[in-house]
This record gives sequence, structure tokens and C-alpha cells, in this order.
Amino acid sequence: MKRDGIAFWTGAVVFLAAVLVMTQVVGNQYPFFAGYVILQSIALAVAWSILGGYAGYVNFGTSAFYGVGVYASVFLVSAFGAPLPVQILTGAAIGAVMGLALGLLTLRMQGIFFSIATIALTIVIETTVTNWRYVGGAAGIQIQRPAVTPPFDSYVQMLFFVQAVLVVLAVAISRYIHNSWIGRGLQALRDDELAAECTGVPTLRLKLLACVISGALMCAVGAPAAMYLQYADPGSAFNLNYSVTTLAMSLIGGTAHWAGPIIGAILLGTTQQVLTVTISSEVNLLVLGLMLVLFVVGAPEGIVGLIYKLRGNQKEGEI
Amino acid sequence: MTLSETQSPLLRICALTKRFGGFTALHSVSVDIRPGERFGLIGPNGSGKTTLINCISGAFRTEPGTILFRDEDITRLQPHMRTRRGIARSFQIPRPFRSMTVAENLMVALDFAAGEHVSMTQRRDTMMSILDQMGLGSKVNASTTRLSQVELRKMELARAMATRPKLLISDEAMAGLSSSEVDEVLDLLLSLASRDITIIMIEHIMQAVMRFSERVMCLDAGRIIAIGTPSEVMADKRVQEAYLGT
Repeated sequence: MKRDGIAFWTGAVVFLAAVLVMTQVVGNQYPFFAGYVILQSIALAVAWSILGGYAGYVNFGTSAFYGVGVYASVFLVSAFGAPLPVQILTGAAIGAVMGLALGLLTLRMQGIFFSIATIALTIVIETTVTNWRYVGGAAGIQIQRPAVTPPFDSYVQMLFFVQAVLVVLAVAISRYIHNSWIGRGLQALRDDELAAECTGVPTLRLKLLACVISGALMCAVGAPAAMYLQYADPGSAFNLNYSVTTLAMSLIGGTAHWAGPIIGAILLGTTQQVLTVTISSEVNLLVLGLMLVLFVVGAPEGIVGLIYKLRGNQKEGEI
Repeated sequence: MTLSETQSPLLRICALTKRFGGFTALHSVSVDIRPGERFGLIGPNGSGKTTLINCISGAFRTEPGTILFRDEDITRLQPHMRTRRGIARSFQIPRPFRSMTVAENLMVALDFAAGEHVSMTQRRDTMMSILDQMGLGSKVNASTTRLSQVELRKMELARAMATRPKLLISDEAMAGLSSSEVDEVLDLLLSLASRDITIIMIEHIMQAVMRFSERVMCLDAGRIIAIGTPSEVMADKRVQEAYLGT
């Protein structure tokens, strides 16, 4: 267990150092633009899997949380000119409160009813923001980036590094949950809620906790996006694509292990970026659909599930 | 008067009624279970046995009626709070956590119901001793999807035991088992009862009920029709009618 922890944190430090070095060495801005989107996908998929994967509550509200994160930043910048760390922390706090509210309202519902409620949430919030003039309404709003902080040369490079930090944070939290009593409780309630209750698991409280953590992370991930695009509009910020791709990444990667959503997000995020550049942004949606169908049929437990299965077969072969 | 009769009951059910829409599954059921008692619960299919268990364990909310456990009113408590106070149960159709191994199933109980301040090593020791006692020691790392029916039943009892219950409710733990397996599970329950665990056993296999129970209660259409020693209840005309029809 302890050795695992050391390996994980060493990996995290090496990853952040590599990202920092990249921002200092690479001059071309495009890798940072594309890399930011991939990192954002990883963080969202990891955050999603805390409720959607571990607890099995399929949340279609990723775009609601992400969009609220974006608009929290828009509001803070327009009203107070708040700096990036304040935007992210406020986003996380709003996400946590929103997660708690969503949880209290919907977590007594199970299965498809919960999922439908989360779609409804997205629509309600998007409609509200669309009618809120202060943050630009339906037309959207332009945002001026402040001066960049050294050692970074450009704001996008800095955002790239910030998003990498958020990825490490999200993965560390998800990994902690997966390996602790919280993860065991969530897994138990995903398998059988009544049996979990009768084994002493406070199912509602654990689901609320998962919803709060997942919501806080998703909003925090959305917060820097306003600065990334220098523009926000409700149609893009609350785009249902975020919900669908995040869900697809987690499911394709597999939710049985904390690394699953990372693998799925890297695979799918990179493919999407490559396709957007080489063919068109419409084709990447087609590929997403095809991959989802392939995995649902061929490997319903995702890549991680496939690895477990192969390992299991190997072990049985040895015996 | 025996000593156990002078003690206050472990579980007191007072005028418990459970309705599903217009259907009344339990009509004002009242019964006391004494500490350390081996209590058999019988009745034809649909008589309300499992409904009563679901009310005791908290899976169903009851309308009129109260449930006292160790003199505390638990009628409004959620199931996990009741488990933590010492009420554990198995299910008629086994409900293991299917994505987990046998060990992980028990760890959930140890994590959430066995009390805080217990080290990981202590938990593992407790888990192994329970599994050995249940004859599942060799299956500790097996996935629950690969267990046989009797192993699943034992695993459920082991998981229930890991919550450190004072009252264990076994809901047809012997259904669908061969006669040698029935004896195996029965011996297990008897050995648990000898350790001061009060057990309510729902069962259709009469031999098992007769051998196990100190007292038997028979339900029919949601009402208690007989309660007493096994032989008294078996001799009761209404019980015979309920089972055989008239």
C-alpha cells in the first residue's frame, strides 16, 4: 500500500515537472491549446467517475457543473476582476453546494430517473444563464485576460499547467476514495443498495459525499475555461457534449479502477483532437459514437475491465 | 419462571402494521424476543414473514406500531443505524456485493458496522476468524460470482456476523439446499446461538425449525396464529390448517 503511494506521488511530481518544462521549452502555442483540452477531459472524467463510476449513479449533468464553473469565473472577473486561483476555489465551492443540492433533490431516485433529473438540471441552469444579462445572456461575453505570471510566457501555457495541477488533484482524490472505506461503501451501494444499508453503510450520506466531491471538481475544472477561450456563451459552456464525452471516456476507460477514466480520457481526448485537426470536428463525434458502441459490445467493463479479465484468465491458466 | 423470562426483551414489537396500498401485509403484530433466544418464524408463502423482517431491519417503514431494540425505540431509524445497533440479517435470495471478493464483502461490514478505532490488522484477523468459522477460509479471495449456493448463504451469514450483531435474522438461509447442506447451515446457526447471539430464523424446512427453535411463531395472512414451543405450535390446529388447507 505504502509503496503504491510513493510510486503515485513520484509519478505526479514527474508529470507536473514535465508539464512545467514543456511550457518553458516548447515555443509553438498549439500543443498547449490541444493539451489543455485533453487535460480538461481527464479531470472531468476522473471527477465524473467518483459518482458515476464508484457509486454507479450515471450523471448527465457534467455540462451543468462545468458551465457553472465557467460562469462563476465570468461573474468574478466581470464584477471584481478576481485572479485565477480565486476563480477556481470559488468554482469548487459553488460546485460543492450545487452537488449537495442536486444530491438532496435527486439521490433518492435510482437508475434512469436520477440521470433524467441531471439532464433537467443542465437545462434549467442553462436557461437561467441565457437570461442573465450581467454575464452576457444568450449573446455571450468577451473576457480580457490579465497579464501572465512568470515563469510562463503566455497565458495559455499557464492555464495548461494549472489544468495539470487540477488533474493531479482530481486523480489523488479519486484514488484516495477508491482505496478507502468510502470507495468500498460506494462500491457496495452500487452493487446492492439495500444489502449495503443492512451491512451498516449510510448509503444516502455516502452518495451525497460523492456528489459534492464530484461536483466541486467539475466546477473547478470549468473555472479556467473562461480565460482559456476569452469568451463564454451559454450554448458552449453548457453544451451536452461535455456530459456525453465525459461519460464515454469513463466508461471506455473502465470505472473499476481509478486509472480507468484517465486511460479513457487520454485515448478519446487525443483521438478527438487529432481528428478535429486532420479531418473535421464533426467526424470526431462520429468516432466517439462508434467507439462507445464497440466498447459496450466488446468490453462493457472498459479497458480496465478487459485488463482484469485477461489477467484473471492468465491466472486460471497457470493453475 | 426461567431467568430469560425475567429479563427485559432484546426486541419488542408492539402492534406493528404494514400496508401496501390497500393490502395489509401485517395486522397489528406484537411479539417479544428474549436475549439469547432461538426463535423460529414460520408461515405459508405470503403470510408476512419477510415483511416482518424488512420492518425490523428497516427496509420498510411501518405505519402504526413501534419496534424497541434493547429498550430503544428504533421505529424511525434507517437500516444502517439499526445494523450498527446490532441487528443483522441475511436475505431470502442472497444479495452479495457481486463486484467484490468474499474478503471485500466482509470488509464493508467491518468498515461500517464494527465500530471505529479498529486497526486494519485486527479487522483482517476478525474477518479470517469469521470465515474459518463459516468454513469459507479457502474462499477468502474468491469472487462472489463464483460461489455455490451454499457458499453464498454462508457468505451472507459471515457478512452479517462481521457487523457484530446481537440479533441475527436468517431469512430462509436453507432454501434450495441439499439435506447435508441444510445440516451444515443449521449447525452453523446453532454454534452462533451458543455465543449469545439471539437468532430469528425464518424457514420452511420443518425439521430444521423443530431442531433449532426454542420458540416458534406462525404467521398467516399477516396475523400471529400461534406462538409457543415447537411441538405446541406444530400441534395447533390453525397452523396445520394454514399449511395444509382445510
